[in-house]
Order: sequence, then structure tokens, then C-alpha cells
Amino acid sequence: MTSELDIFVGNTTLIDEDVYRLWLDGYSVSDAVSLRVRSGILEQTGATAAVLQSDTMDHYRTFHMLERLLHAPPKLLHQLIFQIPPSRQALLIERYYAFDEAFVREVLGKKLSKGTKKDLDDISTKTGITLKSCRRQFDNFKRVFKVVEEMRGSLVDNIQQHFLLSDRLARDYAAIVFFANNRFETGKKKLQYLSLGDFAFCAELMIQNWTLGAVGEAPTDPDSQVDDMDVDLDKEFLQDLKELKMLVADKDLLDLHKSLVCTALRGKLGVFSEMEANFKNLSRGLVNVAAKLTHNKDVRDLFVDLVEKFVEPCRSDHWPLNDVRLFLNQYSASVHSLDGFRHQALWDRYMGTLRGCLLRLYHD
Amino acid sequence: MPGKLKVKIVAGRHLPVMDRASDLTDAFVEVKFGNTTFKTDVYLKSLNPQWNSEWFKFEVDDEDLQDEPLQITVLDHDTYSANDAIGKVYIDIDPLLYSEAATVISGWFPIYDTIHGIRGEINVVVKVDLFNDLNRFRQSSCGVKFFCTTSIPKCYRAIIIHGFVEELVVNEDPEYQWIDRIRTPRASNEARQRLISLMSGELQRKIGLKVLEMRGNAVVGYLQCFDLEGESGLVVRAIGTACTLDKLSSPAAFLPACNSPSKEMKEIPFNEDPNPNTHSSGPSTPLKNQTYSFSPSKSYSRQSSSSDTDLSLTPKTGMGSGSAGKEGGPFKALLRQQTQSALEQREFPFFTLTAFPPGFLVHVGGVVSARSVKLLDRIHNPDEPETRDAWWAEIRQEIKSHAKALGCHAVVGYSESTSICEEVCILSASGTAAVLNPRFLQDGSVEGCLEQRLEENLPVGCGFCHIPYDELNMPFPAHLTYCYNCRKQKVPDVLFTTIDLPTDATVIGKGCLIQARLCRLKKKAQAEANATAISNLLPFMEYEVHTQLMNKLKLKGMNALFGLRIQITVGENMLMGLASATGVYLAALPTPGGIQIAGKTPNDGSYEQHISHMQKKINDTIAKNKELYEINPPEISEEIIGSPIPEPRQRSRLLRSQSESSDEVTELDLSHGKKDAFVLEIDDTDAMEDVHSLLTDVPPPSGFYSCNTEIMPGINNWTSEIQMFTSVRVIRLSSLNLTNQALNKNFNDLCENLLKSLYFKLRSMIPCCLCHVNFTVSLPEDELIQVTVTAVAITFDKNQALQTTKTHVEKSLQRASTDNEELLQFPLELCSDSLPSHPFPPAKATSVDYSSFADRCSNWIELIKLKAQTIRRGSIKTTVTVEKASPMGEGNFRNRSAPPCANSTVGVVKMTPLSFIPGAKITKYLGIINMFFIRETTSLREEGGVSGFLHAFIAEVFAMVRAHVAALGGNAVVSYIMKQCVFMENPNKNQAQCLINVSGDAVVFVRESELEVVSAQQPTANCQPSCTGGEVTT
Repeated sequence: MTSELDIFVGNTTLIDEDVYRLWLDGYSVSDAVSLRVRSGILEQTGATAAVLQSDTMDHYRTFHMLERLLHAPPKLLHQLIFQIPPSRQALLIERYYAFDEAFVREVLGKKLSKGTKKDLDDISTKTGITLKSCRRQFDNFKRVFKVVEEMRGSLVDNIQQHFLLSDRLARDYAAIVFFANNRFETGKKKLQYLSLGDFAFCAELMIQNWTLGAVGEAPTDPDSQVDDMDVDLDKEFLQDLKELKMLVADKDLLDLHKSLVCTALRGKLGVFSEMEANFKNLSRGLVNVAAKLTHNKDVRDLFVDLVEKFVEPCRSDHWPLNDVRLFLNQYSASVHSLDGFRHQALWDRYMGTLRGCLLRLYHD
Repeated sequence: MPGKLKVKIVAGRHLPVMDRASDLTDAFVEVKFGNTTFKTDVYLKSLNPQWNSEWFKFEVDDEDLQDEPLQITVLDHDTYSANDAIGKVYIDIDPLLYSEAATVISGWFPIYDTIHGIRGEINVVVKVDLFNDLNRFRQSSCGVKFFCTTSIPKCYRAIIIHGFVEELVVNEDPEYQWIDRIRTPRASNEARQRLISLMSGELQRKIGLKVLEMRGNAVVGYLQCFDLEGESGLVVRAIGTACTLDKLSSPAAFLPACNSPSKEMKEIPFNEDPNPNTHSSGPSTPLKNQTYSFSPSKSYSRQSSSSDTDLSLTPKTGMGSGSAGKEGGPFKALLRQQTQSALEQREFPFFTLTAFPPGFLVHVGGVVSARSVKLLDRIHNPDEPETRDAWWAEIRQEIKSHAKALGCHAVVGYSESTSICEEVCILSASGTAAVLNPRFLQDGSVEGCLEQRLEENLPVGCGFCHIPYDELNMPFPAHLTYCYNCRKQKVPDVLFTTIDLPTDATVIGKGCLIQARLCRLKKKAQAEANATAISNLLPFMEYEVHTQLMNKLKLKGMNALFGLRIQITVGENMLMGLASATGVYLAALPTPGGIQIAGKTPNDGSYEQHISHMQKKINDTIAKNKELYEINPPEISEEIIGSPIPEPRQRSRLLRSQSESSDEVTELDLSHGKKDAFVLEIDDTDAMEDVHSLLTDVPPPSGFYSCNTEIMPGINNWTSEIQMFTSVRVIRLSSLNLTNQALNKNFNDLCENLLKSLYFKLRSMIPCCLCHVNFTVSLPEDELIQVTVTAVAITFDKNQALQTTKTHVEKSLQRASTDNEELLQFPLELCSDSLPSHPFPPAKATSVDYSSFADRCSNWIELIKLKAQTIRRGSIKTTVTVEKASPMGEGNFRNRSAPPCANSTVGVVKMTPLSFIPGAKITKYLGIINMFFIRETTSLREEGGVSGFLHAFIAEVFAMVRAHVAALGGNAVVSYIMKQCVFMENPNKNQAQCLINVSGDAVVFVRESELEVVSAQQPTANCQPSCTGGEVTT
């Protein structure tokens, strides 16, 4: 006796959260069944393995049918085939678009192309996440990227509107899209200590301050703003950043800046002497990062540079976080007192964001 | 009488990509009705076209309106080649043809293609203007309402229940026409869908005409079926019960409907009179009188038995109103005569209802069934479907005479079915022989005079168990005892019925689903030899199924079966029998004896040990089941000590003994039934197998109950969560070990595993009950068995259930709540049917002045409140219990005029095979849903194999049903049934095809909780039913 056909269709589509998780995690039906058996469900319910197998198959089939709709979540809301309560719909979507931290760190900042997709095998072996799950996550990134890439307006809002994700998840996706678009290098060894949260935090600051959308002129002049709003950095701004170079190139200015900072911080900093000794290096580092951002290649290395030029030197001198904060505050504020420096607004736009990023990046 | 059909195509969404180059679609729509077609403009390059068309107007006869479906085809415009069809929507506009149902159909419909399934949705608005209906020799029957529900629909009351209506139409099956060889599968499927739609429209219209002839205005328990006879054609047949229904709209009208129970039971003590009918002897079981006849189809001799046999039999003998209350003997006789004659005038005194107004059912005799094996041959002239008519007439005659033999003049819970394999067809009919109260069957009913005596109640809950036949001249040997409830009348030791448990029946403990399953191998044979072989097998199958049911019933410690449905399915090389019923313990019937096992060869020691071991196991199981189902009947010996028998009962007891003193004497030997142990002889392997199969049935896991009736006896505190589902399984038998035993085991396992799977899947709903569990077996191929189950899982409140296990309290609670329910019906209806004048004003103009309406409503409410309270005070039976019964009921009472508008879950459409929705009130019936779909694929593997294919299809069918209901403005389908699910596969060719036929009643319901929330200040909202669910989502 073999079962040729075995289905269960409810007027309200039954969603088993546990099975959904197993499906999302990319387990095959038989793996899922044995995992469920191990969870002790048979003992709890008195069911047999055959029942479990049939149940799992059924759920997998349902999820497979739902997957097409999950690719465009608004469709899931409007479709008529599956009657699913709104709370369940939200859960389906949220879980489908959820990702593994380990996976996202592997692909963050990489081009979401076929080439990267080929590397998923390696990522799967490295992270222990099933290839199927890797593919789903990768395809999710790519799908979101494709949809919002060309879109105007707030990146987070766009994602939320088109994928109906929770605020938190939409923010993460915004970061992923932003990183993918600007191809920031995040995979270098020295960046391994950073979490997605760190990058997402930076991404948000950069989106708020460094992109075209941040300038806020778009609504008044929609035609001229053919560029993307939130995903691309403001090219003009990046060009202008070259002007900051005088802060380190002009020796007088550099000295003045240093003395202003040192005066203000004397006695307040535990690592004052180290700071004093390193000031010029640090300042050169920060300003050079800005000046280099005109080149795409250097934009990609932004985080590598920040860690190399600032985080690592400070860390090797064991600066406490609070001292870093005091220093960065004073460092950016003091520029306002440099009479010979004209690009105050530019400096603020640059440093305001950078200060936030650096503080977030500064940890072990 | 022409009407004007108006259609507007608004928009589409989620259309499929039809142009690969642009990834877009240039869609337009063809709207077709009859022979007229309109087209919209082409909406270029969009998957979400906004046509916003003008109103397309069709001027048509109402006959066509009834027959034809509105056909909407969505196409992709192609400049160079033929336009590609995207899909179709068929809309049955019947619900728009009677004034009380929907006024507009508006909403998103899935665009369906028989090859690709659902491909996007289309927003359509449909209206009908019916011109003045003059009711001359018309061919149409607009205005007759149809209900699938097999009881009087919740917001109506029955003035007269006229009786049986039937009709069948036949046609050639397009699938088997020569043209099918040259057309595409799509064209063939669509031709079939359209034809069946047309035929069911025609059938419904013809039935409607018969109803009008009988001067009824509605068909209740309407059951329409298709027989796919293959080469020989396509038969669409329907049966139903014609009624005159009245909307519960005025207090006066409402009063007799729900508050005159069992009065007549007393007036017509049938058991007193020796039954005048002559009894033929029949099989020795309460499952009475099966017949097996096989006649080659050509040799029938009836003459004019076309289904248009004159049925205008509305009895002319009106009851003399005002005199029925007298108790004089001659009058009784008169009454009896009239009942008899009222029913005998009818060709077939059958009722497809399974639940009845209180007092309707007087006595129940037992199950009557008849089967007949026929050979199919081509239907030569579709306009005269005489052969098929004659077949059915024959069977119905059979049923009628069986009922007579049981001393009954009517058959209730009647149904018909077929099973076809190649050219052999088994026709089956079954029902429950019963004695009915004439009051509902006649014009000019006697209501007027009965109201005063309402408070006198008979011993409730046992009247229907009393035997209708003469005990000296019993149709079959049965053990009769005095009723354990009233001790006045005789009752049988077990009772089998096809109806639902009457609401006033006294039940001890809970019920459970009982199934008997059986397979018998049969030699492959051709034509007549085959038919003869089947006819020969049938009696044995019937007998064994019955024995199994009896054994299982006893094993459960119960004594009655309700909702019994025996399905015999014929295949190439086997016959399958599946009987499902709900077992209960009726307080009125004797305690069932145990099961005794006896061996034939008692000298062998080890054998005897084995037997005693088995015996112990069986006894243990019985004990366990009694505990599980809480069956603890009170000890009989003592005279009503401390039993929670309510006051009225005692009084009526007194009354009875006065009027029927002759019965008082004989109160002896009540324990007789107890000694009647059931002996199972295990003398061969077959019997062993039987015993084993008895013990292998595992009870549902704790927290689960199941039954195949509407409600679970013993559970009445339903909570609102419901989940309707369909589950299908097909197994392939390995052809090697095809013995009867192996077959039985396979089939048994299949059913048991299926149930286990259901319990597992629905475990999150515990505590819950699977209600209306409906198994259907088919044998699509040699070695394939297909089982389809549709049921609904309903949650209930466990704590409350524990509190109310005392049966009597429970009973009265239930009754109180049903009464309450009915009390509450009319205010809800008040606004949708403004004045209580004509029951069904045809084609009433639908403009209503809402503002003045509000005032009127509130006045009405005041009036009703008064009336209702008087009623409540007047009915002693319920007043005591109402307080305890349900605070919910009281709550409802306060807020009875709440509108259905505040439905928060817009877009959700509930589906249920039951006639009600727990925790909610049905406020409006929008019309019948009867849909037929075909789905075919030539890429079976790509669609996920057979399971993937069928899973998707059933989900699509649900979606289309929901969409139609939502478009009618409804939010639920009740009495939903999947009548057919024919699945055929050809994995080698990567092909599969499936036909599904579903039906149900579209309704608007309002949650009781919402009734409470919304204050009574907005009764006008009632008048706008369309606001509940008109838009699904946009």
C-alpha cells in the first residue's frame, strides 16, 4: 500500500511555525521529519512517523505554493487563493525575509550578481547554513535591491511599502541595499569584528547625510534629480570633500587645530598624551579618507580605511570609548574656530556622520 | 417576462504576463450572456488594467436568466495572431433573481483557466432589473429560493412543508462527442463546464416550477448531483423539499414557529391505534429492507414516469382551525386520517431535511434504503430522460413501501446517490422512516388554537424513539422495552437513523463517529454478468456493514446512530462499502448489552484462553469508551429519585396517564434489554478479523471529538474558531496480495490514518470537535482507492463543557439557547424585510427611505421587546433555564438590533458544512452557490505531481467559492458540500484531470460579540447588507 496522493486543504491555510522555520532553513522533507521527531513531537501528540511525514509534506507543498507570492508580499495580501489571517501573513513575510547574521556578513557589500551567487556553495560550507537557505536569503537581497534600486524617496519607506517588512527588518535591508549598491568592502579580516548592526548603523547615518536624498532639494526640483535618492552617495558632496584636504595640508591650520583640541581636552582625557602624540596622524587619516572618496575604489574601502586609520591606532593605545567620543567631539567642533577654513558646512556634513560611525565602529 | 442584466467590467489585477517580449499584457474582456457578446477596449501593456467599462446591458427572458450563466472571458489582444484567452469567470446570477437575496454582485473574481488554474483577478459589477412579474404560464421560476441547508434556514420559519421535489436532465457529455477529438482540452473542458452550468440552471428552474405548482416558495435541502455516465451521457439530477417559508419578521408570525413543540405528539398517539398498514416481513435489523434489483435498462415497464409527473399535490383539506386542541377520540382519528391522506396524496412522502422544527417529527421507525444495479446505455433523446426517471421512481417506490412496512407514512433525511464504473451503475436511496406531525404539511395550519397550551409539555426527548409500528405485528424481530424515559411507550433496543439528532432528544454523555468499512473483491466482468455479480454481492455487503456498525456501536456502549450514510462504491474488480454515523446513548433506549465472544470449538484449551483474553479486551474497551464518552446512565431500578427531571415533565406525565390510562398497567421487565448480550462467534478467520478490526479503531486523541452530524451530542458551548477542510488520499494497492482481508486492512488503515492525520494537523485547535465528517470513497482505477474527507473543526470551551455534563441540564440549556436564538431572529430581520406582508414580493423595487425607516425600526423593536418578553414568561419550559443557560443569550437580547456592518474581518469568508456558524447569527441568505470546475494539466510533474496539482486545485476552488460569496455581499458559506471530486491521472503522459462540484448557501452572519458591541441605536445599518463584505480587498 503506497500513498499516491495525500493532501489537506483548509479554508484557512494552516501554517505550522515550526515547519515553516525548517523549510526556511532549507531542510529537505526527510530531514525536517527527523528533526521534528527529535523534538519529541511524537510523544507529545501520540502521532506516528507516517502522520508526521504526511503533515510535513503538506506544509512544504503549501509553502512552496506561497513562495511565489512571498516574492511580492503585497500580492500575498491581495491574493484570493490562500485565506490567511493578517497576523499570519505578517509572520510569513517577516520570517521569509529574515536572514542569518553569519550569511549577511559574507555578502554584505558584495555585488548581488550571478558571480556572487556561485560563491554561495562556499558560504554555505563556511557558515553551516544550508545552500537552499543561502539562496533564499541571497535572492531576497537581490529582489529587494532590484525593486528599490531605481526608486525615489526614502529607502526604508520604499522597502517597507513594497515588502511589508517590520521597521527593524526594513532598516537592515536598507543597509544591505546601500552597501550592495556602494560595494563597501566588509569582508576584510580586520573588519571581521564588526557586526551587521554596526554597518547598518553607519549605513543609516550615511543615507541620512551623505546621499542625494539627504540634501532635501528633490521635492522642489524633481526633474533635475534623475539620480537615485537614497541609495547613491551625493557625488557633488564627495567631490567637495577634497576641499577638506587643506586641514592637513596646510601646516598652520593643522597645528592650530591640534592646539585648539589639546587645550580643550587637557585634563579631561585619560589618554591625553597619546592623543597629543597621535593627533596629526589621526587627523591626516580622517581627512585623507574624505579626500579619497571621489574615487569609487576608495569609497569601497571606506570602512577598511576608517578602521586602519583611526580605530586601530586608538585601540592599540587603549583609548576608552568615552575618550574617543570626547576627542571626536572636540576635533570636529574646533574646526569652527579655524578662521582660515571656509568649508564649515561641508565639514559638519562629513564629520557629523563620520563621528557617529567611528564611535559605533570603535569596539573590540 | 424579460429582465435587464447589466454588467460592468471595472478592472483586473495580477494578470499573467502574456507577451514575453514586454513582460506585459494587452488585456480586454468579452462579456457573454446567451448569444449576446460585448467587448471592452483593449487596455494596453498592463498587468493591472483599468477598463472601467460602460454598463453592458442584456435584455433577456427570465427563463434565460435562470438557466444561463454570465460568462466573462479575459483575453490578451494580439494584432497578428488569434487573441489568447487568459481565463474565464462564470457568474451564476440566480441570487439576483429573488428580491430578498443579493441586490448586486460586485467584487474581485479569480480568472480561471482549466489548464493554468487561477490567473489573476477581475473586478465585475452585475445587476439585474426584473420587469413586472405577472405569473402567467411561465417557464421560469424566479423567486423560488433554494437552500442546501437540510433544515429550516435560521432566519425563516416554515409555514408548510410541502414535500419532495425532484427533477433530472440529461445531455451528451461534451468530453465524449466526436468533436472532442479535434478540439483542445481547454475547449472541451470549457464546453463541459458551460454545459453543466446550463443544465443545473435549467434543473433549478424546473424544480422551481414544481415548487410553484405546489404553492411553495422555497426548496430546502436542495441536493444536486452529476452522474458522469461516460459514453452514455451526463445526468444532472436534484432532489429537495418544497416549503413555504416565511421570514421571521413579525412577532405574531414568529410565535408558533418556535414555541409550539411536541404539542401534537400528545394529540396523535399513534401507538395506540393498531397500525392499519399490512406489514411485510423484512430483514431482522432496524436497518430495514434493502433491496437489490438488477434489471437491464431496456426492460422497464412503467409508462409515463417522466420526471414531470404531476406533483401539484398540495392537500386541499385544511385543518379546521380552532378545534385541534380537543382531545376527543374521534377527532384524533380525524387528525390521523388527515395526516395520512395529506401524505398519501403525495407520490413520494419524502423529506430531504435532517433537522426539523420542534414537534415535526413524531416517531422514527428506522433506516430504509434501496439499491439497484443498472446497466447504462446511451441516452438517445435528451429531452425525454425517461429511463433514468423510471429507475429512480422504482427505487423511491421501494423506499416508500419499506417505510410503510415500518408503520411510517413518511421518509425523512432522504438522499440519493450513484456509483458508476464503466457501464454499471448502482443507484442508492436511503432515508429514515418516520411519522410526522401533519401540522406543517398542510395549508391553513392549526396554529391559532394551540398557543394557549404551550406550557404543557410532553416528556421531552423520547417521543421520537417510540416505535411507530405495531408491536404484535413487528416488521422485524426486535427487542422492545418500555421507554426508559417516560415508561409509557415501547422503544426498540437500538435505533438507526439518517437524520440529525433531534434537538429535544435526551442524550447521555457525548457522541462519536462510528464507521464501518468493507471491501469485497469481485471478478472483472462485462455488462450483464458484471451487473449480476454486483447485485449478488450487495446483500452480503449490506449485512456485513450493518453487523460492523452494530458491533462498533456496542463497543462504544451506545444505543443509537444518527446521520447514517452508507456508501457503496463499485470499481472494476471490487466493491467498497463505507458507512459513517454518529453514535450516541439515548436515554430513552435500553442500555446496550455487551459483546460476547464464543468459539465454535471449545475443547481446545489455548484457544479458549485466547477467547477469554479477547473477551477481556473487549470488555475493557467498552468500559474505557463509556468513560471516554461520559456514558453513565442513571440506574433504572429506582423511581425517579433525585434525577434532575424538570417540573413540566412530571406534570405532563400526569396528563398523559390520565388520557392514556391503558398504558399505566404494564411496567415490568425493563431489564429485559440488558440481558441481550451480543454474541460474536469466532469460528473462522473472517470473524477473527472482525474482532480485530473492532479493536484496532483507536479513539481520537484527548481533546478531540468527532461526529458526522451537524453538532456533537453533548457539546454545546462552541467557541467561534472554525476550520473547514478537505483532505484527499489515494492509495495504490499492490496487486499481489489482493485478498479480501488484505483489502479490508488496507482500506481500514487508509481511513484510520487519514483521521489520525487530521487530528494531528488540527491539534492547535484542541479542545475541538470535527463535525459533519463526510467521507467519500471512489475507485478511480483498478488498484487505486481514493478517499475524500470534508469536515469542519470547531473549538469549544472545555471548562464549560465539564460543568454541564449533567444531561438534563445540558439538554434544557441547549433547548433554551435554540429558543433564544429563534427569539432573536426576527429583530435582525426586521429591517431587511420591511413589512411582514407578502413573503416574497417579486422583484420589489429596492429603494428604501432609510431615515424614516430608522424610526419605524426602533418602534418595532419596542414592540418586539414587549412581545418577546411575554413569550418568555409564558413558556415555563425555558424561563428557569434561560438565566443559567447563557449570559450570552441575555446579552444578545439586549443588543438584538445591532447591524451586521461592523464586521471587522472584511474579506474573510468562512466556509462550513454545517448550517450554522458558532458564536454568530446568520442574518441573511444570499442564494445558493453551486459551482463546477474542471482542471487539467499536461505538466503534472512541474506542478508538483498529483498532490501538488490537486492541492492547488482545491485551494483554487475554495478561493472561487469565497470570491463569489464575497461578491454577493456575504461573509460565509454554510451547508457547504463537495459533492464530487473526480480525479484521474496518467503519470506516464504527465497528465491529470480533476472535476470538482461544490455547493452551499451564501450567507451574511454577524458575530454575537459584535452584536453586543454595537449599540442598538443604528438599526438602519441592517438594511445595507452589501456593506459587510462587498469589497474583498482592493
